[in-house]
Amino acid sequence: MSEQDQEQTPPPADGWVVVAWTPDEFGDAALEHGIAWAREGGRGVAVVNGTRGDALVDERFAAPAGLADLAERLRGTGLPHVVRQEMGRDVAEQVLDVAAELSARLVVVGLRHRSPVGKLLMGSVAQRILLTAECPVLAVKPGERPA
Amino acid sequence: MENLGLLWDGLGAALTPMNLLYAAVGVLLGTFVGVLPGIGPAMAIALLLPVTFGLEPTQAFIMFAGLYYGGMYGGSTTSILLNTPGESASVMTALEGNRMARAGRGAQALATAAVGSFVAGTIGTLLVAMFAPALADVAVEIGAPSYFALMVLALVMTATVLGASPLRGLLSLFVGLTIGLVGLDLNTGQPRLTFGVTQLVDRLDIVVVAVGIFALGEALWVAAHLRRKPARVVPVGQPWLGREDLRRSWRPWLRGTAFGFPFGALPAGGAELPTFLSYVTERRLAKRSATKGRGTEDEDEFGRGAIEGVAGPEAANNASAAGMLVPMLALGLPVTATASVMLSALQGYGIQPGPQLMTEHADMVWTLLASLLVGNLLLLVLNLPLAPLWARLLRIPRPQLYAGILFFACLGAYATNLDPFDIALLLVFGLLGMAMRRFGLPVLPLILGVILGPLMETKLREALTISGGDPAILWSEPLAVAIYAVLLLVLVTRPLLSRWRSRTESRIVAEAETEAVTEGSAR
Repeated sequence: MSEQDQEQTPPPADGWVVVAWTPDEFGDAALEHGIAWAREGGRGVAVVNGTRGDALVDERFAAPAGLADLAERLRGTGLPHVVRQEMGRDVAEQVLDVAAELSARLVVVGLRHRSPVGKLLMGSVAQRILLTAECPVLAVKPGERPA
Repeated sequence: MENLGLLWDGLGAALTPMNLLYAAVGVLLGTFVGVLPGIGPAMAIALLLPVTFGLEPTQAFIMFAGLYYGGMYGGSTTSILLNTPGESASVMTALEGNRMARAGRGAQALATAAVGSFVAGTIGTLLVAMFAPALADVAVEIGAPSYFALMVLALVMTATVLGASPLRGLLSLFVGLTIGLVGLDLNTGQPRLTFGVTQLVDRLDIVVVAVGIFALGEALWVAAHLRRKPARVVPVGQPWLGREDLRRSWRPWLRGTAFGFPFGALPAGGAELPTFLSYVTERRLAKRSATKGRGTEDEDEFGRGAIEGVAGPEAANNASAAGMLVPMLALGLPVTATASVMLSALQGYGIQPGPQLMTEHADMVWTLLASLLVGNLLLLVLNLPLAPLWARLLRIPRPQLYAGILFFACLGAYATNLDPFDIALLLVFGLLGMAMRRFGLPVLPLILGVILGPLMETKLREALTISGGDPAILWSEPLAVAIYAVLLLVLVTRPLLSRWRSRTESRIVAEAETEAVTEGSAR
């Protein structure tokens, strides 16, 4: 169900930072912080882009053009990196599965403002990641720049 | 001209605030179900049937008319933005429309589809107003044998000419005819195919059959294929047409209408063939004008998003949708799934469809035709500004959407008789509907068989009673003989026709594929 990034980078010496990414400002904020943290600790960046695949259109699932831009950006950092596109029952689960598989040191997720009703209807991916991850989770909002 | 006067009176009746409200609800609901692939106007009307039994027949039909035209329009939006045609009739629209959208001309594609639908729908409705009464006058004289022949023609044509495989079509038709047999024999009072179940003696409720096949079948099918890679929607702004687009669009609109209406009006219409013919014609004309040296900007624009390729087929699609009202109103012969569900709604009101409809319920028919004109205008007014909103509908997750559909399906099935047995029956037909989708059986012949089967039997028995059981009466009328001759002719020429079509189509598809490949390698 997952699409691996074509190019194989050597595995990082000090583990992975997993970024829950979407092609919008929230995903970009998470990615920015994820890269900053990875750089600090000499870690690799694992980007996960997931969809439940149960709607005809999901704008949070990146198109090939968006993925190409992402790969470009990751290559620019010079860090080890991997990009996964997943489809399954629950996007939070997909992120956490990748985190478990790579024994991630940190998961970075972008927070979006959700109304209580919105959460009731659709749930919140960030909340489930925060509550169930087995490693530290960094939750960021757009506009916050990494120190 | 007398007809136009009657239409004018109908317009007066249609333009009450209450009726306008029903037209608007129908149009919005129709676009809603049209935009979402897999859910069409037929399913929507079937789901609404139990709800509308509380309304006046006229109001219910105003709503259905809006739904029908709205569904046509909504389908074109999806084909253009997503390249997933919701129904076979929009395949040709998707071909050029999606390329236009990808080339950044989605707004113009949506606009030419909307205005083209409006033009074709209006002309088509006016033509219905002219032809249907005349045909009904003639049809009153038609005897039972010829009527029987007409129904045979309609059933065999929809089963074999439309769709990919005649075998599958006939299979589906006979399943439908069998379902139509269940219940009390109207002539002798004997129960047939009831297996001792008392609820079945009362004949199957068409609401349960239609909702089961369309709604439950589709929901189960979708549940079995819940997760699919999301498609990419092409973002668009407000639809609008420039002067140049308008100049290039108006002739294809009219030509498309000319193709669509007669095919729709034939007792075995369908919009597939006229949309295809319109596309091929526009393509050929564009090529010819390009080689002549004038209109060089059109040169091989087909394949890269030519506005003519959207305008023509879309107009043909809507004109045939209007044309199908001719056999339905004048003869009581539905030829599309939506029409057959509408016809069963008529029966629900105790109105007998057939040639008498035009005289016995004249005011209802004229109000219906007038409200089609009104609904068409409403579509244009509502949908041009609302197009970006409709595109957002595509983000509704399937579980939520189909949960809603299932709720209304069960409610509707239960409400018909207030008997839990109908829910079980619904499930049976839902499973049948799912199996049909799994094995690629077309749904239309089945629904037509269920609805036309009993009517056909009545005519057959009537004829045989007159002749005292001699089957020779079936070909005793010249009209009946002529119809059987036409049927024979169509069946003989069908293989040739389909070979030509599949050849042309595979060429077009092959071009589209090579284009996709070059595009992919360029990236």
